[in-house]
Amino acid sequence: MTRTITLTINGKKRTDSVEPRMLLIHYLREVAGLTGSHIGCETSLCGACTVHVDGKAIKSCAMFAVQADGRSILTIEGLAAGGKLDTMQEAFWNEHGLQCGFCTPGMIMTAKQIIERNANPSEEEIRRGLDGNLCRCTGYQHIVNAVKAAAAKA
Amino acid sequence: MATTITKTETLIGKRIRRREDPRLITGTATYLDDIQMPGMHHACIVRSPHGAAKIKSINIKPALDLPGVAAVFTGNDTEKLGPVPCGASIPGLRVPHHHLLAMDRVYFVGHPVAVVVATDRYIARDAADLVEVDYEPLPAVSDPEKALAPGAPPVHPEWPDNTAFTFHQEGGDVDKAFAQADVVVKERITSQRLIPSPMETRGAVADWKLGDQTLTVYASTQVPHLLRTLLASMLSIPENRLRVVAPEIGGGFGCKIQIYAEEALMGFVSMKIAKPVKWIESRRENFTGTIHGRGHVDYYELAAKRDGTILAIKLKLIQDLGAFHELLTPAIPTLSVLMMPGLYDCQNIRADIVGVFTNCMATDAYRGAGRPEATHGIERMVDILAAELKMDPADLRFKNFVKKDAFPYATATGLTYDSGDYAAPLEKALNTSGYKKLREEQQKARAAGRFMGIGMSAYGEICAFGPSPATPAGGWESATVKIEPTGKVTVMTGSSAHGQGHETTFTQIAADELGVGIDDVLVLHGDTSLVQYGIGTFGSRSTAIGGTAVYFAIQELKEKIKKYGAMLLKSDDVAYANGVCVDNKSGNTLPLAQIAAASYRALKLPPNTEPGLVATFFWEPPNFTFPFGAHIVVTEVDGDTGAIAIKRYVAVDDCGKIINPLLVDGQVHGGVVQGLGQALWEQAVYDDNGQLVTGELMDYALPRASNIPWIETSHTETPSPVNPLGVKGVGEAGTIGCSPAVVNSVVDALSPLGVRHIDMPLTPEKIWKLIQRGGKA
Repeated sequence: MTRTITLTINGKKRTDSVEPRMLLIHYLREVAGLTGSHIGCETSLCGACTVHVDGKAIKSCAMFAVQADGRSILTIEGLAAGGKLDTMQEAFWNEHGLQCGFCTPGMIMTAKQIIERNANPSEEEIRRGLDGNLCRCTGYQHIVNAVKAAAAKA
Repeated sequence: MATTITKTETLIGKRIRRREDPRLITGTATYLDDIQMPGMHHACIVRSPHGAAKIKSINIKPALDLPGVAAVFTGNDTEKLGPVPCGASIPGLRVPHHHLLAMDRVYFVGHPVAVVVATDRYIARDAADLVEVDYEPLPAVSDPEKALAPGAPPVHPEWPDNTAFTFHQEGGDVDKAFAQADVVVKERITSQRLIPSPMETRGAVADWKLGDQTLTVYASTQVPHLLRTLLASMLSIPENRLRVVAPEIGGGFGCKIQIYAEEALMGFVSMKIAKPVKWIESRRENFTGTIHGRGHVDYYELAAKRDGTILAIKLKLIQDLGAFHELLTPAIPTLSVLMMPGLYDCQNIRADIVGVFTNCMATDAYRGAGRPEATHGIERMVDILAAELKMDPADLRFKNFVKKDAFPYATATGLTYDSGDYAAPLEKALNTSGYKKLREEQQKARAAGRFMGIGMSAYGEICAFGPSPATPAGGWESATVKIEPTGKVTVMTGSSAHGQGHETTFTQIAADELGVGIDDVLVLHGDTSLVQYGIGTFGSRSTAIGGTAVYFAIQELKEKIKKYGAMLLKSDDVAYANGVCVDNKSGNTLPLAQIAAASYRALKLPPNTEPGLVATFFWEPPNFTFPFGAHIVVTEVDGDTGAIAIKRYVAVDDCGKIINPLLVDGQVHGGVVQGLGQALWEQAVYDDNGQLVTGELMDYALPRASNIPWIETSHTETPSPVNPLGVKGVGEAGTIGCSPAVVNSVVDALSPLGVRHIDMPLTPEKIWKLIQRGGKA
């Protein structure tokens, strides 16, 4: 049994038939071929799968693909689409906001939302905003620096 | 012909942003689960839900009947393969036969029992639930001290005492030193079991090419070459027909050094079904079936003179090994013993390790691997001694440090510390934190009834593993450096990275040594069909050994470059620097790219010289390196809730010569936060039935951004004489220094209640109860 969904991913419309139980993250990675968003837990605790749905950062392992029907999704692959890095990507690079890089796409999508909601966040606000995303490598400090730097440039 | 880039600016020592980042920040890197192949099948592993049980029967038929299921394999199918290897050698070590899949008995929750293979991962997961395993649960034991008690359930029936090995090490005259001591302090100190938790779990993709009789295994591993050698033997296939690729790796922290059953199982499955097969570990599987770290119960005794001089250290170390040995399991506590004296000039030591089987996942190398436990022990004991003697803990440390002019320093544990100035980072940390003022503030806080604590640690590490006689596999590392015909430089290192930034640091080394631009260098790693051979990335070894191999390969190349340069410049006196060969007599120069082109075109060759510019160097280090440092942590404990607030965190590290300060800071931050995890929140808890109670991220408290204080990092720089780069290693430093500084700080905060020691993790509940009981444990 499958259902047909039509949605916009990174500005492009597509239609697919999916099992109703298919998670959005599996759909994005295995059907749409966008492997930039990662799976760290499948239980919505790590945030590696964070993407934007209709402008809001969500954990795509906690949503079914069928729930994204008719919606607009932005993934990490949609950020530097024109060949120019997004301010947040550039800031993560400059500030060494990543090591193994596995949490990074989700971290960047969350970080973008932090500064979209608050143009000048304090360190504490940045840290609270990042709480849904786990990073085991960086100790978060350089990520905090990256978000600060991106906010200053935005 | 490519343009030749010459330069005079050096890259070593600069904060250079990483070469590997563009693919990582754009989501275009290829991690294991990103690999897709035509006809690829997916595997799901059926695992034991019991700590100990007999397997009475397994019925695979319902799973096989599910459409899309290609095969189901159980222990009988894989009995002749393997075993899962243990590389540690300790006299008298008991090594249980570690089958790829359980045979008639399971020994821990998560023990692999069957493999289900299907056309997609959802079907494989569904089918795994249809495999009917009839278990007869048995009594289990998960606490190592209980496992040693008479009458404890035997983990392996053939060894009813649950003892895998005992190990004794002694130096100096401990009994005499204790007899002469004015003061003896004793404490039981634990380092709890931890779950390494890289953000990318483990996994393997195996691709058997029937026609070629070749197997490619993509694995999330820190040691692709060792995996290849050992997998070849586990699967009985010729090593030259096996290729291992470590793609982008999402963190390891030691838990990807081992050669796991699943990697061999995927090879086996792919060969059986003649299709590529993928297995990606779930987070739950990662918690139950990937190695854990620590798991110590340590009984310390410290003998000292009234003036604070430490005379002797005794340690009884009970190591929770788990049910089976993974690659390094029994070796890890021996590293703790090696580093028992820490930074202190104490020549009398006695250690006795008991390695204990429990119905748990194996413990093995987790960031620091034995050294955090040792540092936690000695640094807690020094604070306990300071409290006993009513001495300032900083003064006691200064008094006992190995002195700066004593290097190379031979320890009572048989090591030779390479270089050090142990007082320097502690002095710097005291100054940075404003220690004297902090103590004054503390007096006021105490007078006001507040629990303010100031804690410190002075840590030493044994890093850059290591000389080959001291490591289970070789301890060298390799590099191949190629100057391509256009003058571009390709470096292939055997040290396969998983987040450390080798592509950047090794580029800095290569670009400086060859005098070329940063963009002229590309560093490759992680593919056994591309890279000569190599050992891998662990034990803070990569820059010190792998980077040095790059350095020496380039020295060989420079000799060859000069031979070509001399021939082309028609000179017998040339030098090579800044990317050009210079005729010292005429001043004429020839850029590297032209020399490279001539060497490959080979119209004319210098005497006794081959065409091409390629050099491979396997570097065997003469010693370990011994980084060190000091941390100071200021805490305040909330007397009403038991919550601990970290007010200041000062970390001063000495990792020898620094190649890239940006990356070094990143390593220290990450290390400190893993140390904070151990000190404050993390603990793998098995109940008395061997059930892993903290089996998911929901129940295991990994540090999150808002839990973490600002970390003030700085450095002292004492070069190592062990390698020409002067580097020591920094991957584990933060973790090793952190936990004792935090616990010392909280104990200091609660010392007015008479608190002398608290075991980790320092959860609010534990601290609140302690305060409620007026400081009594």
